[in-house]
Amino acid sequence: MQVDERGYYGQFGGAFIPEMLYPNVEELRTTYRSIMERQSFKKEFDGLLKTFVGRPTPLYLASRLSEKYKAKVYLKREDLCHTGAHKVNNTVGQIILAKHLGKSKIIAETGAGQHGVATATVCALMGMECIVYMGKLDMERQKPNVERMKILGAAVIPSLSGSMTLKDATNEAMRHWISHPEDTHYIIGSVVGPHPYPDMVARFQSVISKEIRSQLTEEQGNPYPDYVIACVGGGSNAAGAFYHFVEEQHVNLIGVEAAGKGVDTGESAATTVLGKPGVLHGSKTLLMQTADGQVIEPYSISAGLDYPGIGPMHAHLFDVGRVRFLNATDEEAMNAGIALSRLEGIIPAIESAHAVAALDKLTFDTEDVVVINLSGRGDKDLETYIRWGKY
Amino acid sequence: MEVIDQKENRINALFKKNKKGLLSVYYTAGFPMRDDTVRIGKLLEASGADILEIGVPFSDPVADGSVIQASNKAALDNGMTLRLLLDQVSELRNRVKAPIILMGYFNPIFQFGVKAFCEAAAAAGVDGLIIPDLPLLEYQEMYKATFEANGLQNIFLISPTTSEERIRTIDSVSNGFIYAVSSSSTTGAKKDFSKDQRSYFERLQKMKLKNPLLIGFGISNREAFTAACKYSAGAIVGSAFISMLKKSDNMEEDIPEFVNALKNS
Ligand SMILES: Cc1ncc(COP(=O)(O)O)c(C=O)c1O
Repeated sequence: MQVDERGYYGQFGGAFIPEMLYPNVEELRTTYRSIMERQSFKKEFDGLLKTFVGRPTPLYLASRLSEKYKAKVYLKREDLCHTGAHKVNNTVGQIILAKHLGKSKIIAETGAGQHGVATATVCALMGMECIVYMGKLDMERQKPNVERMKILGAAVIPSLSGSMTLKDATNEAMRHWISHPEDTHYIIGSVVGPHPYPDMVARFQSVISKEIRSQLTEEQGNPYPDYVIACVGGGSNAAGAFYHFVEEQHVNLIGVEAAGKGVDTGESAATTVLGKPGVLHGSKTLLMQTADGQVIEPYSISAGLDYPGIGPMHAHLFDVGRVRFLNATDEEAMNAGIALSRLEGIIPAIESAHAVAALDKLTFDTEDVVVINLSGRGDKDLETYIRWGKY
Repeated sequence: MEVIDQKENRINALFKKNKKGLLSVYYTAGFPMRDDTVRIGKLLEASGADILEIGVPFSDPVADGSVIQASNKAALDNGMTLRLLLDQVSELRNRVKAPIILMGYFNPIFQFGVKAFCEAAAAAGVDGLIIPDLPLLEYQEMYKATFEANGLQNIFLISPTTSEERIRTIDSVSNGFIYAVSSSSTTGAKKDFSKDQRSYFERLQKMKLKNPLLIGFGISNREAFTAACKYSAGAIVGSAFISMLKKSDNMEEDIPEFVNALKNS
């Protein structure tokens, strides 16, 4: 999972940014590793993860789910993080980094609103000004999160261009950064964007797999699951869950993308099926696009997976066959979300429900140890669950 | 061979002949109507524009403000593609002598194939390219040779936050001119230049770069154009022109009037 010096994972990655952003991205590139290694940084980061976020999150043996799938199924409970998803691991890290860089203002993009809420939260914590860009459509389907950000003191700015979802919010955040390069840090919410963002975000999220290893060691005497399953929008929760297992070839890593209404329907977000190498938001990666290189508007019932690309490291891990990618339709994900609620008393975020849906697509041996990264909880999605009905 | 030589020189020849007061006008291909590209280019040259900077429409133009974004979207809705654009440019090339520069984001070019694109652009009579999201390093390592083999000049942007050292590097790699972005911003019309902007222009002037400068982003009237020309070989106007086109119901009159208002005395 190591990025090379030029910011590439195999053929994917790089920093395809307008010159106006070069000083900012270059500053980050040349300092992020050394800042993250400072004792003062580590102390503050580890401390906040423990006392503010609530880490370590439990690794929960889901016994009724295990019975149903005839395997030992664990849930990594990122849904129990403060603010309700894994996103906060990254925003805590980046806000401390922003302080070390002397920045006073924060911008972010958000899809489901989880990253926006996690950013607004750490900005409140640190007393920094916060602006969050969010597609107008996403603002409508994730209303509670919009209000949460506002309560936390953030300004939420609707993006009205394109499909008015995550891609467009990201465009707007980049434009804002171009216009405010000196005092502002851009907290990207996934393992996307120009180098060093994918690597930096993956490092902040890698605490997930670090904990899984030590928790499994405690449970079973060794750190190895047979499967790690995570949903992939941009890919940050998956990057965190896979990070410390990538070198262990015997651990099966499964990424689950949103198929939307079906990969062949034209309403999908399954990038590894539908994408080709391309350049968007600062990196070369797999991208859903027309033959003419125009980015295709993705679709998923889940706002957090509604993105036309995936992080460059995932494009690479897909390319070399290290991660197997599956996809789940809206319907499969909703059914899996409702099933998990009934079987285990956990209402998952619809993003995370895509990972749960993968259980139906895999065959296990009874001895198999399966870890599902439950990236978030379903509170923000209540309205979508209600509209879906069928429960 | 002769064709290439002639092409190599179109931008340089212009800057050799006119050291001051050059006007480059940006317009998005396929906007307002799909087949307006040739007509607008001809009218611009006839009105006194010195360089035609033609935008390649893209779905996600991150370095552009709302006016140019909207024109990109309209052009795509009109059915513009890169292939069609190259056909339009070839036709335009037969009607105008001014240098033609394509400004566009990297992904459509990458999909076309960079080599195939450079060959097609050169054959269509394009003189230079501005690709805001193609980084310097990537260009040098992967594409410079291909651009040069096709006689295409790659125009780099610099902004007030670009370090002196990096400006020197960009100057050494550039051939043609350097596009000095007037402020830290995306494209879009603004008022006058601030004191900071003026001192940035003065700093650039004092650096005595080997390439001439054109100043762009936010230039919308004669005062700004004249002020920009004081510090550079000329200026680039984009959003203001697109806004005018959007409103115009008579380009034959409005384009000359627009150019006159900026430039001609
Ligand atoms: C709960 C949850 N899971 C997953 C995602 C997808 O992001 P990523 O693929 O970066 O983990 C989101 C994004 O908003 C989310 O809120």
